[in-house]
Amino acid sequence: MTLQPAILIPWLPALSAGLCGLCCVRKSWRRLAAPLTIGAIFASFLLAVLVSPAVKPFDPAEPDLAPHVVTLFSWIHVGDFRVDMAYFLDPLTLLMLMVVCGVGTLVAVYAAGYMAGDRGYARFFAGVSLFIFAMTTLVMADNLVLLYLGWEGVGLCSYLLIGFYYQKPSAVAAAKKAFIVNRIGDLGFALGIFLIYSTFHTVSLAEVLSLAHHVEEPTTAHLWIPFLLMLGAFGKSAQIPLYVWLPDAMEGPTPVSALIHAATMVTAGVYMIARLLPVFELSPYALPTVAIVGAVTALFAATIALCQYDLKRIYAYSTISQLGYMFLGVGVLSTVGGMFHLFTHAFFKALLFLTAGSVMHALAGQLDLRKISGLRTRMPITCLLMLFGCLALAGFPFTAGFFSKDLILADVLVRGLSLHQPLYTTLAVVGLVTAFLTAFYTFRLWFRVFLGPTRYELGDEHHAADGAHAAGHAADAHDIKIEHVHDAHEMPWLMNAPLVVLAVGALFAGLFCKSWLAGLVTQSSAAAAAAHSLHAHATLCGYDPHLAMEFISSAVAVLGIAAAAYFHWLNRPAADSVAARYRGLVSLLNHKYYVDEIYDALIVRPLRALGGLCFVLDRLIVEGLVALVGFLPRLLGLGLQPTQQGALQGYGLGMAAGIAILALLIALALGT
Amino acid sequence: MTQLDSYTLAHFLLTSFALFTLGMIGFLIRRNLIIMFLCTELMFQGVVIALVAFSRFHHNVTGQTFVIFVLTVAAAEAALALALVVLLFRRKATLDASAWSSLKG
Repeated sequence: MTLQPAILIPWLPALSAGLCGLCCVRKSWRRLAAPLTIGAIFASFLLAVLVSPAVKPFDPAEPDLAPHVVTLFSWIHVGDFRVDMAYFLDPLTLLMLMVVCGVGTLVAVYAAGYMAGDRGYARFFAGVSLFIFAMTTLVMADNLVLLYLGWEGVGLCSYLLIGFYYQKPSAVAAAKKAFIVNRIGDLGFALGIFLIYSTFHTVSLAEVLSLAHHVEEPTTAHLWIPFLLMLGAFGKSAQIPLYVWLPDAMEGPTPVSALIHAATMVTAGVYMIARLLPVFELSPYALPTVAIVGAVTALFAATIALCQYDLKRIYAYSTISQLGYMFLGVGVLSTVGGMFHLFTHAFFKALLFLTAGSVMHALAGQLDLRKISGLRTRMPITCLLMLFGCLALAGFPFTAGFFSKDLILADVLVRGLSLHQPLYTTLAVVGLVTAFLTAFYTFRLWFRVFLGPTRYELGDEHHAADGAHAAGHAADAHDIKIEHVHDAHEMPWLMNAPLVVLAVGALFAGLFCKSWLAGLVTQSSAAAAAAHSLHAHATLCGYDPHLAMEFISSAVAVLGIAAAAYFHWLNRPAADSVAARYRGLVSLLNHKYYVDEIYDALIVRPLRALGGLCFVLDRLIVEGLVALVGFLPRLLGLGLQPTQQGALQGYGLGMAAGIAILALLIALALGT
Repeated sequence: MTQLDSYTLAHFLLTSFALFTLGMIGFLIRRNLIIMFLCTELMFQGVVIALVAFSRFHHNVTGQTFVIFVLTVAAAEAALALALVVLLFRRKATLDASAWSSLKG
């Protein structure tokens, strides 16, 4: 078995994206887009599974490129600078490919039902296919330039799909915001790549990793590289200070939120740090910075999620918070923990978003927690599926999220205890507090939506385009059965089936995949040699920290769920009275700490003012000069106009006089 | 021939100058379109005489070749110009050039 078929993994979705684009041409072709996309992504998934036996472990200390790299063609070749369209496969790549293509397939199947009847059906699937192309390119890139291509590609697809409902001004604004905020991070990433090239004289991943691994005395340039790369990771993975775009990105269709803004694209930053771990180890301050930013973001976003009312926004903040955990994980060299959480998070967060999408679909766009209650009787399957997702997110014992979150927290604690650094112990405590808050806000949502008295208000979005729906309905009726009763209703099985798969993952991925995943990660460039030696000699009050952490975090999760059950199921008035007592705090959290307003005042407005100033300067000076150049000849013409008398003799006389003067001048010139 | 030989270049140039000046003055002071046209022809002839004279006295046939061209062009131009004059007369029933001053700035 060779690695050759891996070449097709990104290009099948790319082909599908092109074909979906063609499907936009004819109305009757539109429904072909969904099977095309599902088929292409699933084929990529199968290919990833197929080549997996041929993938060899990678060690940055003794790199041997040949078994890892598959070259498609030579892309840029100038002097000794060479960038190939080549793919690098090691176990970490394989793990990411399976997450991206696996979750991608399930989300695409769900979207085939969810987006049915939308005018942009084919456009949507073209975007999803293109996204998978960019994302697989990103994770399979053999060099930093190709990685950057994928990095920008997923950003573009994210922009296109957030702004999918381009008639909605809020969606357009959200798309622009996501694009611009990501640009700030990407600038850092690009500068980091430039600096890597000027320092190491290569952009090939394997060579950079090996060179970075053998650096003895880091120079200033070496110390800067990780911080620049970090900025890119923080932008793409929505960490403080660049997290503001992700909550707004929920303006896109829900499957997009599930696939791009929860399961795959936003984890690119975590992947990048894990992949370039030897580079991040160049500076002693880089990884602690990552860990601190991750922990602070986790806590910060979790507190905001406590007081939001919009279903998808709560999940968006929870995504930011969980990404914070992943950064905390890779920041303490627990790359297994970070990648493990990435893996389980992809399952349960996609599940949560998609079930939220089902609720939204059933209630005609209603997402306000205050206007939904007791849906369990109307949507029993969705209710159960979301429960599984919530349990995993809350870290309930033996669900997927429990194992991965635990591993991160325990590794943080071990690092704190064994190195006697209070910083890491503090971070572990911050992680535990966040875990409590996570359990609380997750179940606040679930109890509010599904339990309690059945009472709900329908939204105003009667499935976006009902006219189109009705028209397309007769044709689609035999393969997509959606009953358009305008009342809360259960989803068809086309949409629920992928959710069941995700729910199985959310419940059992932690239990059964841990050792497999740990094996994959430790055999890749993300393996941190330093982390392993630490595990042996650290105890927490005489107990093994990992075991202790399992008990502590189980208790924390159950406590959080119990608190949520009390306030949001059994005794809802109590929640209201508590909220009334701390009105100031609740309002602060509900307004997301006014971060958007602060950014607006500190960055957006000054920049806008500067833009206005430039506009005025352009109008007055640049445009004024151009206008003046045009005006001078007109002025001259205006002055000469009276000479045009319209009398033939006048012109004749002028001509004769002119010739006479010329002749006189010539005569004078020749005479003297 | 002998009689012709007694004339110098200056004589011819004076004749040429006289013809050209007459034509120009006529062109500038008369208003009648036909007269003005005839005056331009007069200027032509003045130039033509100068050309022929130079050609003769400098033993260079180029001048005479030019004259043939000038006459041809003048004939074509006369045909056009007279047709134009007829058309202009039909419009305004007058040959006065000052009637056509609508291009005044």
